[in-house]
Amino acid sequence: MPNVNDILILLPEIYLVVAACVLLLLDAFLKPAQKGVIHWLGIIVLLVAAWLVIDGQPPQSVTAFGGMFIRDGVAEILKVFSLLVTALIFVYARPYLRDRAIPFGEFYTLTIFATVGILFLISAGSLVTVYLGLELLTLSSYALVALNRDSPLSSEAAIKYFVLGALASGSLLYGMSMVYGATHSLDLATIHAAVGSTEWPQLLTFGLIFMIVGIGFKLGAAPFHMWIPDVYQGAPTSVTIFIGSAQKLAAFAMAYRLLATGMGSVGVAGGSEVLVHQWQLMIAVLAVLSLAIGNLVAIVQTNLKRLLAYSTISHMGYLLIGLVNATPEGYSAAMFYAISYALTSAAAFGIILALARAGFECEEIDDLKGLNQRSPWFAFLMLLVMFSLAGVPPLFGFYGKLLVLESAINAGMLWLAIVGAVAAIIGLYYYLRVVKVMYFDKPTEGTDVRPQSDLSVRWVLSLNALALLVLGFTWGPLFAWCQKAFV
Amino acid sequence: MNHLLSLLIWLPVLGAVPVLLCGSNRPSAARWVALLVSVATFAASLALLPGYDAATGTMQLAENVSWIPSLGIHYALAVDGISVALIVLTSFVTILVIVGAWEVIQVKTHQYMAAMLVLEGLMIGVFCATDALLFYVFFEAMLIPMFIIIGVWGGPRRVYATLKFFIYTFFGSIFMLVGLIYLHHKTGGSFALADMAQVKLSMTEQSWLFFAFLIAFAVKVPMVPVHTWLPDAHVEAPTGGSVVLAAIMLKIGGYGFLRFSLPIVPDASEAYAWLIIVLSLLAVVYIGYVALVQGDMKKLVAYSSIAHMGFVTLGIFIAFLLVRETGNTEAARLGMQGAMVQMISHGFISGAMFTCIGVLYDRLHTRQIKDYGGVINVMPWFGLFYVLFAMANSGLPGTSGFVGEFMVILAAFSANPWIALFAAFTLIIGAAYTLWMVKRVLWGDITNPHVAEMKDINGREIFVLSSFAAAVLLFGIWPQPLVHLMDASVARIVEQLALTKV
Repeated sequence: MPNVNDILILLPEIYLVVAACVLLLLDAFLKPAQKGVIHWLGIIVLLVAAWLVIDGQPPQSVTAFGGMFIRDGVAEILKVFSLLVTALIFVYARPYLRDRAIPFGEFYTLTIFATVGILFLISAGSLVTVYLGLELLTLSSYALVALNRDSPLSSEAAIKYFVLGALASGSLLYGMSMVYGATHSLDLATIHAAVGSTEWPQLLTFGLIFMIVGIGFKLGAAPFHMWIPDVYQGAPTSVTIFIGSAQKLAAFAMAYRLLATGMGSVGVAGGSEVLVHQWQLMIAVLAVLSLAIGNLVAIVQTNLKRLLAYSTISHMGYLLIGLVNATPEGYSAAMFYAISYALTSAAAFGIILALARAGFECEEIDDLKGLNQRSPWFAFLMLLVMFSLAGVPPLFGFYGKLLVLESAINAGMLWLAIVGAVAAIIGLYYYLRVVKVMYFDKPTEGTDVRPQSDLSVRWVLSLNALALLVLGFTWGPLFAWCQKAFV
Repeated sequence: MNHLLSLLIWLPVLGAVPVLLCGSNRPSAARWVALLVSVATFAASLALLPGYDAATGTMQLAENVSWIPSLGIHYALAVDGISVALIVLTSFVTILVIVGAWEVIQVKTHQYMAAMLVLEGLMIGVFCATDALLFYVFFEAMLIPMFIIIGVWGGPRRVYATLKFFIYTFFGSIFMLVGLIYLHHKTGGSFALADMAQVKLSMTEQSWLFFAFLIAFAVKVPMVPVHTWLPDAHVEAPTGGSVVLAAIMLKIGGYGFLRFSLPIVPDASEAYAWLIIVLSLLAVVYIGYVALVQGDMKKLVAYSSIAHMGFVTLGIFIAFLLVRETGNTEAARLGMQGAMVQMISHGFISGAMFTCIGVLYDRLHTRQIKDYGGVINVMPWFGLFYVLFAMANSGLPGTSGFVGEFMVILAAFSANPWIALFAAFTLIIGAAYTLWMVKRVLWGDITNPHVAEMKDINGREIFVLSSFAAAVLLFGIWPQPLVHLMDASVARIVEQLALTKV
């Protein structure tokens, strides 16, 4: 039976669900002119949730509902950053939604529900919780992608996302059923204890393969990346930013819970070296494919959102290099990478959102031509973002790469580190191309790309992008926090 | 605790902020603030000279703050004689570049000045860092302002040139990063260069690391066959960009060999010294001939830079032949001294040559040698400086260009007369391509009517060129202070060479 303690452990999630319902009701009662309130309330709701996560953080890892829900250091960090990044997205999205008359209420409540899904995924302690969190997240996302109902591109993207997403969910569920068959449990800790002594090792391996398909889909790792470019391009940018940043933290959490918690390396409570070796190999293959496909295909893109989509794929490759290590060191590197990517990607799409206006999307790379002449400050912010994505020091993105390469070398996989290094060179080219367009090209005649003068967007975006520079010098505490979570 | 080195790095970097704040509407304010910052940095760098004890040659003025404790990354700075010389060179050249750009850069002046200052700070950082990761951060970060400088203020093919420059250099250094992480793994979690120099490495490991370092620094120097980015970058860069590139950035390659390849992988460096020596001689002879046929002045000087940098790598790696095979430490020291003097001297000479070409370009907007001729008739003062720097470039005794090359050739002779023979070719080829260019540009009749309208250099240009000229002559006639500054540090490096690490 659930007791009060269980409820307290789930407090941030419960609060967020209630708040989302209240917002939904409020939206129904507000007059159209007053809908702006939803925006501010949405941000406050998320920040309060982040405060609840930090404030109620138990000193040790605790579980609720018989182990279905875990609240540990990893959960704390990932939740705080998911909530903060989502709050950033709310700030960036408002002018975009207003100009396109996309209904406020639906966007904010759906995004908050999706965030609840992210939080559950992060805290999942059993296969059921993983699946529930994932479905809450993806079902909300399908609707979000289709939010701009009149756009055929948007609807097409939603259908693609839905069909492929359903396939991946099915695969994940199928894999879970096999794991259940082999270990007789849905609880990740029990699975971990049982994997070494199962009578059905082949069944377990098959289950693992199907689950990795699900994980690969959620991460957007090649060869399960097909949906990423279309969805990134087709979805309203205010939704793409959510899929491209906060959801990556959830995808990392899902991979970590299923692979490390459920099938991780041999410890006091079971585990199977053979199994770990199997998924390490599969993840390594996904990593190499993602790095290669993501970077090579990104080179020929002319659409900025598609370019960032392929760049995501390659970044997930780096994140997977961290996971391959299968030690706390590797996990903390991968988590650090996920956080740095989420912050950088939020800033990248934030700039695209800030440059878009009614009737103009600013999503072709050529739209940025000569940005340095029109708005030197935004060009500079985008420069920081691009160099951070490319992994050029002293920007934040470099240190994530440093850590994952380091974890690969410490794991004795020098070759993987070299693949990562070569991929970074290829990736450099298309990020530089964006900088080139902004700084070296003349603006196209007749266009007028400037940021909108929404002050809150300007300030928050500036802080977000400058944080990439500042964190490049002061990333130590964040990394120490990540490391502490895995001890 | 002494914070002079931090001041030297961060003063120009942070000084770029007020320059940027001047905005595009107040270019002259931006110029003055930039000049002020660069002069202040130069003054601070001069404070290194009394602060540094040249007699011991150790790493001094150290600063060490733990940056990322769990990974053993430190914000660790220190300098020896070689670094001091290069830092002073950097801050000196930056002033001249800022003064040189005074009227030349009219578009987005504040951004240009700010980029130059950031670049200066980062380059000084490279010369001070004693933590490998910190070194890498500066080494890479430096590319960003240079990328912008070439790309925004460069010539017609600037985009191609700057992308090539960035990708080439990044390509080189990313493998060094992998190598450094590997060393971090081997040392048990330290990025300190001193710890990396201590750790035992097998010959196979050393070879891999050697090539990882080689590719990073060979691109930077640049050595044949990875030199092709340099002529493109130089031709398209604005004058100031070319000056910084030739005078300082190339030196970072040579400096990297000293700080990384020699102490960390001495045995592999010995085993592959022949490779470097062959490539250096190739640079001296083959690139010398390539320079001879250039029709573009900037390209000619760019190729001549590659040839001169061949002496730097030759002087560094000839030491292995001397120390380990003949035990001739004296000659090894001489060779390495020569390489270091050559680095500093080439900084002045190439900077001056590119400034001269910039002066001509500002007037006629062409760099083709064939468009000039008879310039001496209208620009006698300019002719004076141009001839002086051309002589220095071809290694005339009495100029700094002679000292370094002579020392390297002497050392090479003790190792193997054949090497000295090929190296000495530079005296002929260098004189040929430089003086032939002077002949076609300065002397003869005025054939191009636009040349007749050219005005002689103004006070600002005289200031820049005479500063370079003073340095070239000073170190040509009296190299003793420079040699003394670096001597003990060079001796320490040579001592280390003799120790095997296998």
